[in-house]
Amino acid sequence: MPAAILTAARSLVATPAQARTIGSVGGHRAFAFKEVGKRFGDKIVLDGISLDVRAGQFLAVIGKSGCGKSTLLRLLAGLDRPTSGSLTFGAAEEGHSRTRFMFQEPRLLPWASVVKNVEVGLTGIAGGAEARQRALAMLDEVGLADRADEWPSVLSGGQKQRVALARALVGQPQILALDEPLGALDALTRIEMQQLLERIWLNQKFTAVLVTHDVGEAVALADRVVVIGAGRIALDLDVPVARPRRHGSAELAHIEGTILDHLFNRG
Amino acid sequence: MSLATRLARNGVAGWLLPAAIIVGWEGAARAGLIPANVLPAPSAVAEAFWRLTLSGELIRNIGVSTLRALSGFAIGGSIGFALGLANGLSALSRGLTDTTLQMIRNIPHLALIPLVILWFGIDEEAKLFLVALGVFFPIYVNTLLGIQSVDPQLVEMGRVYGLDRRALFFRVILPGALPSIFVGLRYALGIMWLTLIVAETISASSGLGYMAMQAREFLLIDVVVLSILIYALLGKLADSLARLLERLSLGWHPAFKKG
Repeated sequence: MPAAILTAARSLVATPAQARTIGSVGGHRAFAFKEVGKRFGDKIVLDGISLDVRAGQFLAVIGKSGCGKSTLLRLLAGLDRPTSGSLTFGAAEEGHSRTRFMFQEPRLLPWASVVKNVEVGLTGIAGGAEARQRALAMLDEVGLADRADEWPSVLSGGQKQRVALARALVGQPQILALDEPLGALDALTRIEMQQLLERIWLNQKFTAVLVTHDVGEAVALADRVVVIGAGRIALDLDVPVARPRRHGSAELAHIEGTILDHLFNRG
Repeated sequence: MSLATRLARNGVAGWLLPAAIIVGWEGAARAGLIPANVLPAPSAVAEAFWRLTLSGELIRNIGVSTLRALSGFAIGGSIGFALGLANGLSALSRGLTDTTLQMIRNIPHLALIPLVILWFGIDEEAKLFLVALGVFFPIYVNTLLGIQSVDPQLVEMGRVYGLDRRALFFRVILPGALPSIFVGLRYALGIMWLTLIVAETISASSGLGYMAMQAREFLLIDVVVLSILIYALLGKLADSLARLLERLSLGWHPAFKKG
């Protein structure tokens, strides 16, 4: 079963030549959904999603519970296969993992030290001393270098999620898929994590796809916000606000209002 | 920190009660409250210990029993562990064997003694068979349970991060199942001694159980009591070893944290 999924995911990757022709307009393309549908039995979860995402873009996907936003992310990460339509990816770069997934829970191995947990992100990329060195460097980036040899159980919720972020990013993925990773954190830790995520994203230039139900978080972080409703894209909005952004600024509040209106009027 | 807490920390507290019992027992025996043909004084038991140690009989019998216990444990434990792993990892294997194993599990293994004597006589095989059968189930059941209770979210994480089957097993599934496997191990060690002593008492020509039965024949009650005390010590020793292993390999577990 898992092997089948992985093979399927690989077959979805476009060849470099294809990708170059597709991605010729508007910068390099990270990935594209074309009329993608997903059904579980009789239940239609996604109904013809078309989405073209530029490499390096920060995309936020918003929707009410059960709207299919998590399914969209699972398709992107190759955890599920679309029932119809197609999914193409930009050219894979040498030495980079293609997609990394960050879950709502940290999902750290409790029996492995913090640094060993980060090394899981280098599976098939690096091993031994090099893996440890890269993992330590990444931990430094998320501010946890001094906790490298501790067990995850002694960390706070926010710290665990930072370790999970380090694990996701240590393989230098081209696409980072985030499934409400900050949902379980308290409000202050959340803002701290958002800033950390933004800073690392600005440094590493990966394509980020953040699924969230927090509209404030989406407009604070994203270049582009997509609202999913009834399995379709209900709204596709750019957030042309310069960074660093200030939480609660009038500009962001205005965009947030537009999105909220949209979410509730269309219900 | 109070004296009592400090003693408890050092593990000394656990030995206070047995020591008090021995002192009280010696006192009662000397005062003539306990007749020597019911329960000999601890000093008499110590004397028997010294006598049997000097003759080499005690060491030889402990050696024989320990060897039997460990070989039976190795056989039954490894089969139980292997089947537990197989049935935890493969639904096919579980479907084929679990029902049968659960049926056999409900037969008290000591009820097989008459049958085992008919099959193997009173040779080594009989004891090995009984010990192996006795330790098989706690190890099997707890290994299976351990694997089934591994967090599926961690397994999914491992797959997403590209761990192959081997890595998934050694880095996610086995460590996750380990706490439960240790529970099985400690149960199995208790059953190992129990089974061996019963088997040796009924049918053997050497070993601790045999020594106790011989002593009964000759009314050497000090030797009988000595044998019983040695069972207690050996059982405690096995349990302590298992706990040490547990602490060494489950250092990550909040329940086993030092300090």
